[in-house]
Order: sequence, then structure tokens, then C-alpha cells
Amino acid sequence: MSKQKLILIGNGMAGIRAVEELLKLEPEMYEITVFGAEPHPNYNRIMLSPVLAGEKTIDDIVLNSREWYTENGINLHTGDPVAEIDRISRQVTTASGNTLSYDRLLLATGSNPFIIPVPGHELPGVVGFRDIRDVEMMLESARQYKKAVVIGGGLLGLEAANGLMKNGMDVTVVHLMDILMERQLDKPAAELLKASLAESGMNFLMQAETAEILGDDRVRGVRFKDGSKIEADLVVMAVGIRPNTVLAQQAGLHCDRGVVVNDTLQTFDPRIYAVGECVQHRNSCYGLVAPLFEQAKVCANHLAMLGYGRYEGSVTSTKLKVTGIDLFSAGEFNEEEGDETLVLQDPAQGIYKKLVIRDNRIKGAVMYGDTIDGTWYFQLLREETDISSLRNTILFGQHDLGDAGHGDETRVAMLSDDAEICGCNGVCKGDIVNAISSKGLFTLDEVRTHTKASASCGSCTGLVESLLASTVGEGYAAAPSKKAVCACTEHSHDEVIQAIRTAPLKSMRNLFDYLNWKTPDGCSACRPALNYYLLANWPGEYQDDAQSRFINERAHGNIQKDGTYSVVPRMFGGLCTANDLRAIADVSDKYQVPEMKVTGGQRIDLFGVKKEQLPAMWKDLTAAGFVSGHAYGKAMRTVKTCAGKTWCRFGTQNSTGLGVQLEELTWGSWMPHKFKLAVSGCPRNCAEATIKDFGVVCVDSGYELHVGGNGGIKVRVTDLLCKVETEAEVLEYCGAFTQLYREEAHYLERTAPWVERVSLNFVKQRILKDESGRKALFERFKYGQRFAQIDPWRACAEGAEAHEFKPLHINQMRAVS
Amino acid sequence: MSDWIAIAKLDEIPPMGARKLLTETLEIAVFRTGNDEVFALRDRCPHRGGPLSQGIVHGDAVSCPLHNWKIDLQSGEVQGPDDGCVNIYAVKVDEGVVYLNLAQAESAA
Repeated sequence: MSKQKLILIGNGMAGIRAVEELLKLEPEMYEITVFGAEPHPNYNRIMLSPVLAGEKTIDDIVLNSREWYTENGINLHTGDPVAEIDRISRQVTTASGNTLSYDRLLLATGSNPFIIPVPGHELPGVVGFRDIRDVEMMLESARQYKKAVVIGGGLLGLEAANGLMKNGMDVTVVHLMDILMERQLDKPAAELLKASLAESGMNFLMQAETAEILGDDRVRGVRFKDGSKIEADLVVMAVGIRPNTVLAQQAGLHCDRGVVVNDTLQTFDPRIYAVGECVQHRNSCYGLVAPLFEQAKVCANHLAMLGYGRYEGSVTSTKLKVTGIDLFSAGEFNEEEGDETLVLQDPAQGIYKKLVIRDNRIKGAVMYGDTIDGTWYFQLLREETDISSLRNTILFGQHDLGDAGHGDETRVAMLSDDAEICGCNGVCKGDIVNAISSKGLFTLDEVRTHTKASASCGSCTGLVESLLASTVGEGYAAAPSKKAVCACTEHSHDEVIQAIRTAPLKSMRNLFDYLNWKTPDGCSACRPALNYYLLANWPGEYQDDAQSRFINERAHGNIQKDGTYSVVPRMFGGLCTANDLRAIADVSDKYQVPEMKVTGGQRIDLFGVKKEQLPAMWKDLTAAGFVSGHAYGKAMRTVKTCAGKTWCRFGTQNSTGLGVQLEELTWGSWMPHKFKLAVSGCPRNCAEATIKDFGVVCVDSGYELHVGGNGGIKVRVTDLLCKVETEAEVLEYCGAFTQLYREEAHYLERTAPWVERVSLNFVKQRILKDESGRKALFERFKYGQRFAQIDPWRACAEGAEAHEFKPLHINQMRAVS
Repeated sequence: MSDWIAIAKLDEIPPMGARKLLTETLEIAVFRTGNDEVFALRDRCPHRGGPLSQGIVHGDAVSCPLHNWKIDLQSGEVQGPDDGCVNIYAVKVDEGVVYLNLAQAESAA
């Protein structure tokens, strides 16, 4: 079948990002042709400001070289813009008269700088700030002329002014409003910014409305509405951008301010998609890069005909790329009636922070001078986190929550793994740290190549460098790029899991053969891992191999240092009756159990049982209604509960009952490592749910679900996964999370390091964002449980695995033979 | 034939597994490898006395269940990086029956 034809109009960041995302999904689906109006390959438009300021060269900001297009089989036509789209014959025609047909068309025509149509606006020396040509023109003017006027005191205008000043020009910024960057800043922050820029030599004319550009053969000055004039050899118009919809309109596509698209980035012609600044989505047009990249990802998903991505709009944050000025803003930073504001002002140090709070949630943030916590506030904003508990210290930043502060490095290290470091490319700390340690990265460039962090606007470069320093510096980056399961093989855990699924491999022997195991039957390190992977992937098909299990899981008890075993009967949710306790007491007497104690997971442990006694003891316990507590296995252990609403005056929800249900759902499940749950009936959290693998904290309005906690060697507090409203949801999310861990984690990897390795975002994507995926995970978990919830104690009491528990005797054998 | 004592049928020992054998004075671990070779060792790890019969058998070796020391079944010697050895006993398989010879007990010490 011949490939479908995809034409991309617009060789800029959004369009090419969509192509990159598409190539990741379906590299062979389309024959791709790209038309660009500019004579350059795709470059990083955001970095034009540093180019203008002389901090970067054009070559530095090229994102995709011409070789990249060739390597990916993309036909690139630069300098030959598309002049016409014929939707009926599905063809495009370029300015030079080339005609090409398409099956699907992607519009990424970007935007044009808005040039105020005052008299004189077409004079030589009047320029927008949009592309490489504009920058070259400004640099050229800076060499010949002295006085520049920048109309527009927004983000782009100030960056242009800063760049021109760096090139030796005398720059005046003209702004219509009395606040600089009024779309990003409130008055106090804008005043600090203005003072700082003025100090470096920038001039300002505020509340000045341009009436005319003066000059005959070239611009000579600007006249304002109030009649005043100012000299100028160069006028930069940076008053905003307008989506470029010329082609779309000519083709009869529905346009408003931009080309109107739906949540799949499709225009009103189903064969035509659009992304980037030319797009109007849910009444918003975006001019920042992060939303454009989000659009590109969704669009690629639909171009690849996967059909499940959905773009629902973006909340954006801004940083100003002027060296030496730290500024951050996000959300609704101007308070409305009824909002609260938290403000920190330190004029001497030039620090200003403001948070706008509504219903205990951050709605907006403006920061000047100290912006390191911007990403944290932005995360709290987007996740709509209730900040009442942080209120007293939130303005001092995240580092104030837990340590004395040891400078930037520690502050970056303090950020949670899902804290977004690179807002442009949506890269979280966890992704970066993982890439650094798993791929053995040492330089900023390597991190950029692997993660794209700091590869767009570059304003997070410092944070990425700090992460590099803290990760590599502590030495654990020395991990080789690929870690083999054990000395029996060169394959990594992930490769083994992949082979088991795709080959597919359903027996240990097949696996050894298929992956060329170096030893005849593995070793004590790999066999338990392989047995687990086979069991987890092929429930009901793979025959569990007892000889590949550690003794505890063969003997269904915990081997102790003297070779005896401990026995822990399961008590669902920790509930028990007098009869239960009596039965345990009777068993203890009958088998002369030397010691009993209550375990950390709220169950009763009977120590010092001889192996030969186990089946008889289990028989008695089974008769009393107990099943194995699996206190010995890489398995689901216990669900810890608190007093609960029945008795506790603070309790909410039926927490203990929920604990029982969770234990009934999950008992018997084999896991990569031990797995503990807890349910607390209120935020006092007596069941310590926030250091469990899966913890539930009941609150009046529902259930907070926490994951990835650990109270072991390295204590790790859980991450909040989400909040749900019903018990049924708790069970579903718990089952889905458990199954995700069972499928994705490496053997002997607890949830805590696993969550840190794959990132909380990954877990959220799979559990929260992907509803059908979550339900499928839950179904797979329940299917596996059909084969796992067979009580090994009852089976052994009834005679299974008898050889395991019965020693041979010489005297007997003599008699027999 | 006098010193060879029949102790079990081969089928009674799981492949890549072991059985514990009790005599009046000794605890012996009888191993069966993946290739159906049979070995007998004193059921006591030289490290902390762990029951070797409870360990995972792989190749011609067993890993102690307590601290994962690895013991060679043929020689009874502990494999690196640890050091030590275990008593081994003569065993043979004849027509599906496993025999042990305590008179020929070899000490690898």
C-alpha cells in the first residue's frame, strides 16, 4: 500500500513538533512534505531575543538541521510559501507554482506581528519582532544608527529593547498602559521591573499612544496623540501578534481570530488539522510555546489515527528572558472581589511575590527577583491543591517546608519528582533525574538531547544544571546505561519483561532459550524474578515454579534465623473476634509456640514453628476460618486500619470496612516486592497511610489516595495520586495502581523507588488521565486474582506439596526398600 | 552393597530442589539438580547454620536461604566472595532409587 501524503504548511516550532511526535508514533504512515516561507530549517523562535542580545548565534538556535529532514525522509521546501489550498482537489500550490496533492494537511502558519496602521508604518526602519530577518534587520540598524523606539512594553517588546540596548542603542520603550507587561504582571511587580530596566539604561514613555511614524525615506521619529515627539532611527512594533489565517480563510476554512479547531486540533475540514499560534481553540489563541507543544502532541496522535488524545486548553506561565531579571507569572494574578492575596515584599532586595488565593487554592502568582518556587506554585495552581496547611509558610517557598536551606542545589533537590522544571516541554524533575542516572548523562547538552528540558526557551537552564550537579555529584549517576538482571544474562529487567509479553514466552525453559541465558537454569537472583514476571503476565497459563521461589514463598511462612518459621494468619482489615483470638491461642498452645507478638502491620505473629508442624497448624487455623497472611512473600501484605468511625469521634467514612474490602480485593496477589496498604479514617492518619505503598485517607468529602510510600530503609512519604468520592472508585483505583505496579516495576523494586523511577506523572497519566486504561488495568488485576486467591495454607493442609514439609528418614526407607 | 542405604525414590525429590534427610545424629540435605544429578551435604551453612535444603538450587550450586551464601554441591565448598565448606556424603542413583553411603563420608574440610 502506498503511503498517505501529509503536507505541513509552516516550518516552525509547532508544526515540526507535531511531525516529530507523529514520527514517534507512526514513522512509516505518511510521506511528509514541509513548506516553509522562511529560508531556514526549523529554529527556536523563542531564542531570537538572546540572539538579538548577542548571547546566542543563529546556528545555536536551529532545532532541526536539514540533515534531520533528510534522515526522516521529509521533503523540505524552504523559501517557497504555499500560496493556495484547493480543498476540492486536495492540492496546494506554492508561490513559485508548484502543485502537490495531500491526503491530510497540517496548518501551522503561526502568527504575524501586529503593526499599528498609523501613518508612516510602512517606512523603512519600522520592523516587527518575529523572525530571523527581523533580527538581522535590527542588528543591521544597530550598527548604523543610535536611537531606537520600541512600541509595546510587553514580554516581546522588553526583550527586543533589552537586545537593542545590548547592541549599543539608546532605547525608549513606549507603552500604552501605565503597567509594563500588564498581561503578566501586577503593578508592584511591574514597577520593580521598570526600575530595574531603567537602572540599566532603558527609557520609558508610559501611557503614550502612537499617532504617527515620522520620516520620508526612512523613519526619523514618532509623534504621539498628545502632540509630543521623539527621535528614532529604528521603530520596533511589539504590540502583539495576530494569528496568520490568510491561507485558511482563502481556502474557506472557518476562522475567527484564528483558525478554529476542536479538541483534536481538527479544522472544519476533517482532512485539515492546525496547530500553533494560528489556531483558535475554545476561544483562546496561544502565543507561548508550552501550549503549542501540547497541541502538537494531541494532533500527532490523531494524524497517527490513534484517536484518543484530547487537547483541553492550557494554563500558561511566563518568564522573561532578560539576563539578570527573574520574573515569573501564571494564572489570574490580579485579584477579583472575594479573593485573598498573600504578598511578600522586600524592596531592598528587589523581591516581590504575590499569590492570589480563592477557596484555598492558588489562582495566580506573580514573582519578581526570586522565582525559584515558580514551578512549585504553578504546580499547586494546576493541580488545584488545597494550600490551607501551607499557608503560613508558602511565600517562603518549598524549601522552607523541610530543611534549613542550603542554596539552590538543595532547593532543586527538595522539589518533588513531578515538579515541572521545563514548562515549555513539560519535563518534570523525575524525568530529568531518571535520564541523568539511567542514561549516564553528564552535560547540559546530553540532558537536552534526552529530555528536551531547557531546550526551548532556556529559562530553566539553571535548574537543570543544579539537577545535574545534585544527581551526578552524589555519584549514583555512575549506573551503567543498561543493568542486566544478573550475571546469567546481558538483558535488563525491561528487556525480559518485553520479551515475555511480545515473543510471547510462557515457560521458564522457553525464556532461557529465547534470551540465550548463559547458565542452564539461572540462579537464585534471576529465577524468582523470572517466575514472577511469567506469573504476572500469564495468569492462569504459566505454571508457577515452586523451585524458583525463595523458601518463604515455598513454605508459606517466614524463615527465621534458627530455621524455624513464623506464622501470621490473615485478619482482614485487622478486624478480629474473640473466637478468632481463641483459635489462635489454641493453636499456640497445641504446637507450643515459643513466642507471639503483634506485627507492624497489625496482625498476630506466631514464632518458632518447626517446618514439619506447619501443615497441621494450618489445618487447625483453616478450620477456624483463617487464610494465609502472606507475611512472608513478595506479595500483598496487610491493610492497616485505624479505630474508624464506629468508635472514633473524628472518623469519617466507613474506613475500617473499606480496609476489609481492600484486603479482600488484593489478598493473595503476587507482587514485585512486598506491598502494604492502609486506610485512615481522617487526616490525623492513625493508620499511617502516607508511608504505605497504597494509602487511603478518608475525609468528609471522599477519599484521598496516596501512593509510593515506604517506612523502610529509606522513609518516603507518599505522593497524592488523587481524590475520589466513592468506595467503588477507591477499589478500582487501588486495583489499577496495583496492577500498573505489577506490570511495570522490576522485581524487588518497591513502589517508592518505582514511582521515582517512572515518575508520578507516568502513574497519573495511566491511572487518572486514561480512564479506559485504568479500567482495563483493574480488569486485568481481577482476572489475575482468580488464580492468585487460592489459599496456600488450605492447599497444603489438604496435602499439596507434602514433600516440602516432610523430611526423609533413613530408618523408614530401610524398612521400605 | 552393604554401606549403601536407599533413602528415597528420585521422584520424591523435586528437580532443582532438595529434601531434608534425618538420621539419628545428622541432618542431611539431599539435592537434585536440573540434570537429575543428586548430591548430599550436611544441612548446615558454614556461615550462620542456615538450612541449605531450603535454598534455591541452580546449576550445581545452592544458595543458602538465610544470607544467600552460594555452595558448590559437588565439592561442598563455598563460592566466592565468601569462604568455607560443608561436609559432603556419597550418593548414587540406581534404577530411580537414591542411595546414600555414610561410611564413605568425605570431608572437604
